[in-house]
Amino acid sequence: MIDEIQRARDAAMAAIASSDDASLDRLNGELLGKKSALASLKAGLGRLDPDGRRTAGQALNEVMGEIAAAIDDRRAQAATAALAARVAAEQFDLTEARPLQPRGHLHLVTQAWERLEDVFIGLGFTVAEGPEVETDWYNFEALNMGEGHPARGEFDTLFVGRDPSEQVGASGTLLRTHTSPVQIRAMLAQEPPIHIVAPGRVFRRDTPDATHMPVFHQIEGLVVDRGITMADLAGTIEAFTRAFFGEGFTSRLRPSYFPFTEPSAEFDIRRPDGSWLELGGCGMVHPEVLRAGGLDPEEWGGFAFGFGIDRMAVMRHAVADIRDMYVNDIRFIEQF
Amino acid sequence: MKVLLSWLNDFGPFADPENAEEVARVADDLTSLGLAVESVDVVGDAVEGVVTARVMRVEQHPDAAKVRRVWVDAGDGTERHVWCGASNMSPGDVVPLATLGTTMPDGRTIERRGILGIDSEGMLCSAVELGAGTDGGGIMLLPGDSPLGVSYVQALGQSRDVVFDLDLTRNRADCWSVRGVARDLAAHRSQPLAQPGRGATFAAGDERSVVVDLVDGDRCGRFTATVVSGVVVGPSPDWIARRLTALGMRPINNVVDASNYVMLELGQPNHAYDADAVGGGFRIRRARPDERIVTLDGVERSCTDDDLLICDGDDTPVGLGGVMGGANSEIDDNTTVVALEVAWFESLGIMRTAGRHGLRSEASARYERGVDHELADAAIHRFAEILAVTCPELVVHSGRADVRGAGLPASDTSLEVRVAKINQVLGTSLVASDLPALLDGLGLVVSGTGETVSVAVPSWRPDVRAEIDVVEEVARRYGYDRLGRSVPRAAVHGHLSPSQRRRRELRRLLVGLGISEAMPNPFVAPDTMQQAGIDGPTMHILNPLVAEESVLRTSLRPGLLNAVAHNEHHRRDGVALFEIGHVYPPGDGELPDEYEALCVVLAGRDAHAVVGVWREIAAGLGVGAMIDQSSRPSGLHPTRSAVLRAGRDVIGVIGEIAPDVAERFDVAERVGVLEVRLDGLLAREPGPTAHRPVSRMPSSDLDLAFVLADDVPADRLERALRQGVGELLVSCELFDVYRGPGVVEGSRSLAFRVRLQHRERNITDADIAGVRERCEQAAAKCGAALRG
Repeated sequence: MIDEIQRARDAAMAAIASSDDASLDRLNGELLGKKSALASLKAGLGRLDPDGRRTAGQALNEVMGEIAAAIDDRRAQAATAALAARVAAEQFDLTEARPLQPRGHLHLVTQAWERLEDVFIGLGFTVAEGPEVETDWYNFEALNMGEGHPARGEFDTLFVGRDPSEQVGASGTLLRTHTSPVQIRAMLAQEPPIHIVAPGRVFRRDTPDATHMPVFHQIEGLVVDRGITMADLAGTIEAFTRAFFGEGFTSRLRPSYFPFTEPSAEFDIRRPDGSWLELGGCGMVHPEVLRAGGLDPEEWGGFAFGFGIDRMAVMRHAVADIRDMYVNDIRFIEQF
Repeated sequence: MKVLLSWLNDFGPFADPENAEEVARVADDLTSLGLAVESVDVVGDAVEGVVTARVMRVEQHPDAAKVRRVWVDAGDGTERHVWCGASNMSPGDVVPLATLGTTMPDGRTIERRGILGIDSEGMLCSAVELGAGTDGGGIMLLPGDSPLGVSYVQALGQSRDVVFDLDLTRNRADCWSVRGVARDLAAHRSQPLAQPGRGATFAAGDERSVVVDLVDGDRCGRFTATVVSGVVVGPSPDWIARRLTALGMRPINNVVDASNYVMLELGQPNHAYDADAVGGGFRIRRARPDERIVTLDGVERSCTDDDLLICDGDDTPVGLGGVMGGANSEIDDNTTVVALEVAWFESLGIMRTAGRHGLRSEASARYERGVDHELADAAIHRFAEILAVTCPELVVHSGRADVRGAGLPASDTSLEVRVAKINQVLGTSLVASDLPALLDGLGLVVSGTGETVSVAVPSWRPDVRAEIDVVEEVARRYGYDRLGRSVPRAAVHGHLSPSQRRRRELRRLLVGLGISEAMPNPFVAPDTMQQAGIDGPTMHILNPLVAEESVLRTSLRPGLLNAVAHNEHHRRDGVALFEIGHVYPPGDGELPDEYEALCVVLAGRDAHAVVGVWREIAAGLGVGAMIDQSSRPSGLHPTRSAVLRAGRDVIGVIGEIAPDVAERFDVAERVGVLEVRLDGLLAREPGPTAHRPVSRMPSSDLDLAFVLADDVPADRLERALRQGVGELLVSCELFDVYRGPGVVEGSRSLAFRVRLQHRERNITDADIAGVRERCEQAAAKCGAALRG
């Protein structure tokens, strides 16, 4: 009996060794199932004496366990081999990848605009907007530039009408020459304290060249509250300078003139290499402007500042000709 | 406005022109005073290596018609040969010779260079080549008695000087003069404003008056006329000519130069007429319509009744008031008696006249900004002092006419200024007794020591009219740098408004879909909107730069179509672009109905692609709109377009650009387009979506194909199916569209995959049968039949 068990075992192990993945399940039944050689040997155990039955039974169990383990091993080997074969067949050079849908690109002005907004939001400002076609009152009159004010001559204004034959300036409708009208709209719309920046599109009757466009973008800031001083203006400009340009940049104010602020100042940025960059204008909101905004200059004070967004964009990316930003050439747009 | 350092020093001293550090400090001081220095230019600086040389002989070479051979002696006894292109020198002349190795102001180096095999040992120079003037017509001729071999600058008796070019702000009229700039600088440095010494004494003479008839006293607030005799017309001394030249004025003769000198130094324009030519009097009146005058520049000008004329005793115009004198009363070599006009004109009138005639003179530039109305006496005196340098017999006659008009500003202006206001605006803690030291140097005289002081404003500061103007002067003198820096406490935290935030999300979403941002010009040509198939009225620019940019767009489509065309022309087909920008259709009020819009163009893509983009936008922003194909928007493809409808409002258009429109914009590709109003979409922020638990039960799919007539939109069938499925619905997606054999002509087969799931149990065969039946019924109502 023991010999028969041993022979059956040897035959089984040989069959397992030569099997493949597909035949393993069938083999499992043939070697260990009810009709297997071992099963019939097991059925013959009853014919043996108790000692022989115990010895043969034990041997039989051991062999069956051995065969089951061998099948499991063989199955695991087959799985590993199948996986290896699949992986080998799937070999890829990742750099053969074809582009997916390429991403789009934001306009350089939008990028600068949003960066500026983000810095001012960090400094406690909210963002205000206003119309691009304005009335003479908002664009000039309320900003202390009444009819005939000489400073108006410095704004090359584009006037707008329903009928092209209308006399220039007769209706007082115009394309805003600066974002400052938003100051007035903000003061009329909300009670102080006011902490706003107003980015937007502005218009001048300027022939386009490498540094000028008739349509361009500015950002304007306005703070109105009780007890606002010129030190607050200087401190805010300085805080902006550090936040936007980075450590090592500082700012200075120097006297200037704008009808809508007094005292007025230009603000310059000092680069880490010691050179200066003239950035924009600022000043304490003129008492007449506060009045036009419905505020009592004895109770409220404020400051305002403004500068160009386009210039920030061309400087950051070393664009030599500002007009390039407005050609809408995809070869330009997708660079950024 | 330019000022010369040596001239400033007449009121100083402020800096040694030879000392670069001191010069730089003046520039810094001026800038910090608000008199921004645009540039600092050294004049009268010698070009190293250029020496005086005497012309020995000049010869023409037979084979070189354009150049001459010149032999010169540079004082070392040897004769040098140079080739020279100019012909204005003769033997005996002393000329500047650039010796070999000299680096010229334009950067080139003088080298031994031959023509026809004959070397040139240097170069003779013109004033332009030396950077010493505007005369490039010939070789610069130096005084004949100059020593040879020395610097040409020494021969000219010149010394180094510095020109500051100032970018003056409109309010600082007083600084349109050397003295005005010097006053600010002296005050800044707490040093006295000196009296200039240059000039000569003159005699006072008997009474000789000129009749002045001031007809328009509003526009001309003051007119003085002084008779000056003993004039001998001739050239000005070099120092006067050099100063005028350095500041950009051409020396003419001693009388005109004295007049200009006074204007540059004091800021008072004035005009010297030949006394004989004005017939003993002046009449200041408005011009008659189309009255003519020939101005000093030789141009005949036609006037309007808004122009102010200076006329002579016979009422003949002799000057365009405050702008330019007439050619008919010009000083000539025979003039011995002049009538000097020193007047004050109202600035806006001068501005209009100068603008109308396109004639901005040094005089009008000053009057436009505002001239000191009390400056006449000083100006007349100074004119005589300067002219007396060349006219020792000069006599200024008494009996000067001085007529004042209603337009003259009041003289004794005084302002009440609260010390607390100064501190409130500037954040300083000044007291009244600090103010005189800050303001007196500017001529603003402070009196009083209490909480409110009185500030007397000098006539040269017309810009100081209110308390806040004095506050600014205090700040300027105190120093902007010393004001301290603080950051005001914001009342709220900074943030974007919901629609601003959603606008940013929209931009990112579009970029994520592969669409790039363009910014076309919002101005279009008069026929552009029509070309794009967009009707309706537009707003016009009344003073456009060019006619092609004279209409305000009412749609973003034309700009993006032009961009597509541009890119196609540069071999970049298939661009995907968007713009978020304003459009300006006329409204009922004064202003247009301006609003913000989004436009997307997909070149080379069809309407389905752009609908896909719209669905992403709608899902991303949490908004909805119906694609209504029953209306076909103009300018879009008549069978591939729709309007977007939110409720009853049309909020946009979607589809493809009409083929004829594309052709007019020179676009070859099919263009998918979407244009939608943003105001409503961005403002309508949906609330947060409530969570729906995900079912743990298995789902089951059901594919259904229907045949539907072509004129019924697929989305109507889809909506019907969704309704028909009811609460078991997870999703319902169109996955196939088929037209062809097996489907009746004029219809198509639409295949939908419906996924079903129950919250608590498995989907049963009965569920599926029920859904199929309900779907069939719902589809039947749209005219769709289950495909057999």
